[in-house]
Amino acid sequence: MSTTQTDTRVVSPLLRIAPTGMYARRARMLVERSVLVSRKMWLIILSGFFEPLFYLLAFQVGFGKLVETVQGPGGQTMSYVAFVAPALLASSAMNGAVYDSTFNIFFKMRYQRLYEGVLATPLGPLDIAMGEISWALVRGVLYAVAFFAVVSGMGLVTSPWALLMVPVAILIAFAFAAIGMAATTWIRSTTDFGLIQLVLIPMFLFSTTFFPLSVFPGAVQVIIQIFPLYHGVELMRGLATGVLDPSMLGHLAYLVVLAVVGMLVAARRLRVLLLR
Amino acid sequence: MTTVGDGVLVQANGLVKRFGEFTAVGGIDVAVRKGEAFGFLGPNGAGKSSTMRMVACVSPRTEGELSVLGMDPDRDGPRIRARLGVVPQLDNLDTELTVRQNLQVYGRYFGLSRATVRAKATELMEFAQLSERADDEVEPLSGGMKRRLTIARSLVNDPELLLLDEPTTGLDPQARHLLWDKLYRLKQQGVTLIITTHFMDEAEQLCDRLVVMDHSRIVAEGAPSALIKQYSTREVLELRFNPGEQQDALDNGVADLVERIEVLPDRLLLYTENGESTLETAHAKGIRPLSSLVRRSTLEDVFLRLTGRSLVD
Ligand SMILES: Nc1ncnc2c1ncn2[C@@H]1O[C@H](COP(=O)(O)OP(=O)(O)O)[C@@H](O)[C@H]1O
Ligand SMILES: [Mg+2]
Repeated sequence: MSTTQTDTRVVSPLLRIAPTGMYARRARMLVERSVLVSRKMWLIILSGFFEPLFYLLAFQVGFGKLVETVQGPGGQTMSYVAFVAPALLASSAMNGAVYDSTFNIFFKMRYQRLYEGVLATPLGPLDIAMGEISWALVRGVLYAVAFFAVVSGMGLVTSPWALLMVPVAILIAFAFAAIGMAATTWIRSTTDFGLIQLVLIPMFLFSTTFFPLSVFPGAVQVIIQIFPLYHGVELMRGLATGVLDPSMLGHLAYLVVLAVVGMLVAARRLRVLLLR
Repeated sequence: MTTVGDGVLVQANGLVKRFGEFTAVGGIDVAVRKGEAFGFLGPNGAGKSSTMRMVACVSPRTEGELSVLGMDPDRDGPRIRARLGVVPQLDNLDTELTVRQNLQVYGRYFGLSRATVRAKATELMEFAQLSERADDEVEPLSGGMKRRLTIARSLVNDPELLLLDEPTTGLDPQARHLLWDKLYRLKQQGVTLIITTHFMDEAEQLCDRLVVMDHSRIVAEGAPSALIKQYSTREVLELRFNPGEQQDALDNGVADLVERIEVLPDRLLLYTENGESTLETAHAKGIRPLSSLVRRSTLEDVFLRLTGRSLVD
């Protein structure tokens, strides 16, 4: 395939390096399709919203009584529930995105052969990757906004910076949808999903969601800092409490890189698998 | 680069497709002209689908030249696909959408407006006789209905060239005839058709011109009637015998009655200009078949002649 196509349309430099036929700038058509399908899936979508709320409730009435305060990002003392709430927002953005980009994409790719039909039209693999990832992201955003409303209603956010938690939730959803979709292209059968769970569960539990990084021994701390969710949680917690730190730019960059690389890998894998 | 003649929609020269070491298409030359119904006839594994996928710009060629609608699939894939209709060998309808939504969403992939796809979907459901099932899910539809929906979907962008990969495989005779009728209507409307099939009757019914493919190569090319004339006789006398007696007939010199004979496990095929008179001569020689049948030659006979094997096993 030629990589030197000249295109007079305005395309971002990143997309221009993609081989010809990868991208027709119609990713939104797949989002349209997902919206149509989602009308039948509202129950699943709704359950994704309640999951973090139940966690929050458990901490409010349960744990919160045992462990009343913890040390926050700026060294200040804060209620345990306020400590956990931003992390739950990050992980709910992650869960919504991962569900859509793994199970759903796998089904569409292997059983329904949906993408083979799509690739017979002018659309290319990058349209599919962008469209599907964007939809996962839309879902992530819906959860994030709803959860944010509840959390601020409960008085668990204490800074105007907290408004930025919503765009950060979008970024977390984007990053996880992208790596989720990329990973799914390697999955051969449904049993392989166990592997994804095997990664997700420790990530959910240990990404400073429920206790600060300092409780882990040094070597483990390094591993935890590799978890993408850790960076999402740190960003969220900083914004919720208004304790800003230059390291947050690093967290941000980490997630942006994952999002972009994941999306490009997913598109490339679709091409390798389906355009043989 | 070959010059693409006027009105040639697909031109392949020395087209090759390899999967690793395995050669699925071993250097074929084809030219499909505007307005014709062109066929690829061949048994399973001949390389028909691999060829179709290259023409559909969803499979890069390994070697050779290929031009579709005057463009190079490697360079202009999306632009070519915008003007093609594709009916793949296996239906890949969107099972999460209804019949109507399938057509509308597919039209959107081609960049058509919402209003256009709405009108188009209604028109195509009419064409495919699916209007009553408009708001049904796709999964419970019969095989024939799914196939008609796939064909309807392939027409959503008013394609200049329609690629049909085994359009009627797996359908019962009634559903097949209904589908042939639809394809015939499209041809009347001037749509260029490329059809792959391993059914000789389908090839004879639908194709103006065809190539016979076997083991990744083209072994013959021409109009169905011309191929039959070239590679077979006007009539075929089929003789069936009691078990064991077929060999006796051969020993009795039944083969000397005609220029060419094919020995199949369950019967003999005698290629002749006049089946009835050959049968009389056979009777006169004391050959007593259990049953006999005189029929016209078909593409099946052409294939048998060219490859020594049946199309459908
Ligand atoms: N993606 C692929 N990878 C490896 N081999 C393939 C692939 N697609 C087709 N083949 C092989 O190429 C040969 C021709 O296949 P195909 O073009 O589907 O034939 P037909 O459509 O005439 O039945 C078959 O032997 C098939 O197994
Ligand atoms: Mg085939």
